[in-house]
Amino acid sequence: MLEITDLVHSYGSHRVLDGVSIRAAEGELVCVVGPSGCGKSTLLRSVAGLIRPTGGRVLIDGRPVERIPDNLAVVFQDYSRSLYPWMTAANNVALPLRRRGLDRRRRREAAMAALDQVGLADAAEKYPWEMSGGMQQRVSIARALAYRPSLLLMDEPFGSVDAQTREDLEDLVLRVCAHHGMTTLLITHDIDESVYVGDRVIVLTRSPTRVAADLPVDLGRSRDQIATRQLGAFVRLRAEVGRLVRGGSPTPTVLEKH
Amino acid sequence: MEHARVLRGVAGVAGFLAAAEIVGATGLIDDRFLPRMSAILRGAAELLADQEFLADARATLAAWGLGLLLTVAVAVPAGLALGALPPVERAVRPLIEFLRPIPSVAVVPLAILLFSDNLHLRVAVVVYAASWPIVINTIYALRDVDPLAKETLRSFGFGPMSVLLRVALPSAAPFIATGIRVAAGTAIILVISAELLAGGAEGVGIYIMEAASGNRMDLMLGATLWAGLFGVLSNSALVAVERRLFRWHDARAGVAR
Ligand SMILES: Nc1ncnc2c1ncn2[C@@H]1O[C@H](COP(=O)(O)OP(=O)(O)O)[C@@H](O)[C@H]1O
Ligand SMILES: [Mg+2]
Repeated sequence: MLEITDLVHSYGSHRVLDGVSIRAAEGELVCVVGPSGCGKSTLLRSVAGLIRPTGGRVLIDGRPVERIPDNLAVVFQDYSRSLYPWMTAANNVALPLRRRGLDRRRRREAAMAALDQVGLADAAEKYPWEMSGGMQQRVSIARALAYRPSLLLMDEPFGSVDAQTREDLEDLVLRVCAHHGMTTLLITHDIDESVYVGDRVIVLTRSPTRVAADLPVDLGRSRDQIATRQLGAFVRLRAEVGRLVRGGSPTPTVLEKH
Repeated sequence: MEHARVLRGVAGVAGFLAAAEIVGATGLIDDRFLPRMSAILRGAAELLADQEFLADARATLAAWGLGLLLTVAVAVPAGLALGALPPVERAVRPLIEFLRPIPSVAVVPLAILLFSDNLHLRVAVVVYAASWPIVINTIYALRDVDPLAKETLRSFGFGPMSVLLRVALPSAAPFIATGIRVAAGTAIILVISAELLAGGAEGVGIYIMEAASGNRMDLMLGATLWAGLFGVLSNSALVAVERRLFRWHDARAGVAR
């Protein structure tokens, strides 16, 4: 569904991405984890068509990304800057649906349905600045869901909320991605989160960045904040990802298991 | 807070009026050159029943309103174009830097040569003078629009024009509104200045001149008082409109009023 091949990007002479290849199958939730500043956001922007990478190829459903694809939605970390404060939650969610050629009533219906899915049916008429950070990020997620993308990109979506909210939002994303069968690329610098949320974890090296490892997560699709994190498989995988993020080399035993 | 502020303002004005009256009563200043404060206030009150003055006030207000409307219609799009197209802005900037410091009243003689109709003359002067604060505010506000806000809409496939109208313009709106408020104040000054300099049949400026030549200093200063009061009132009204319209802006900036 998503094929990133040998992606290279430099800002001036500063090479950030040095040949990154990632694949995601239809409906898969792939977590990309890497140290801060390694080019995760750059990678996401290239996939979203927001910047033109220096080299390499991005295919979505077999078509190269040249301009901004219309079957993709992005959730940014900074919800307070990415939501529009002059609009209510419902209008924020409804706005992108203009691109879908829906009339006002249908846009409204779709927005209300999406807000309902993220548990904010009652907050539709609130303004973002009247909401907590967690609620605002739910609105961003609802906005992406309402757009019905086949590819959802999330750039450290839970980086600015407290721990409890973070767990709630992780479970929310797991639930809605499975429900819609959306292919999802979730970027994070949180090792624990990448293993908990992902079907697969891609570990990136420091910049100039390459893929250090591509690890399947054999934890099944239904996850539980307490029980899953206690599983031996979870603990081993988290340790492995942690070592890799810090620049270690892959452990053969962990890889052999797959 | 609000009450205390208003109270202090009223106290300040009352104190000034009382002081001026006392200075007048001591005979330090000749009443023929500067009437007593009480006489000026009486003159101002008299004007409310003076049909001639009311007609002049209407004429001035009409020029002001028409001029401001036209200013907004010209300056906001101009500011948007310059703010959205940095190369154009860079090309025009030297011209702006040259024209802006010229005192706007200095263009009145030129306007007198260019316009035979008195209303046109005043409106033209207003548009020239009052456009600056709006254009400048719009340019800077557009430059400061959060790039992530624009990128978000872009990521949903919206083009540059949609991003300008749906993100940049609303983000910039509070600053544009402030520019319009400043422009409204400039406009009333310029309308009356143009009336004083260009003469004509009607307008508060004309009334002031005629009262002065008729040696009615009380009426002349009474009319001036009304002009000043109008400036204060229009400013407060626009502040109130801004607060209502841009609640989101204050709420987000954490402004406590
Ligand atoms: N627009 C830009 N211009 C120049 N350098 C940039 C730009 N954006 C990011 N960088 C640099 O590229 C590197 C990777 O940035 P980024 O993709 O944001 O990393 P991450 O999201 O992994 O933290 C950083 O060193 C950053 O300073
Ligand atoms: Mg980043």
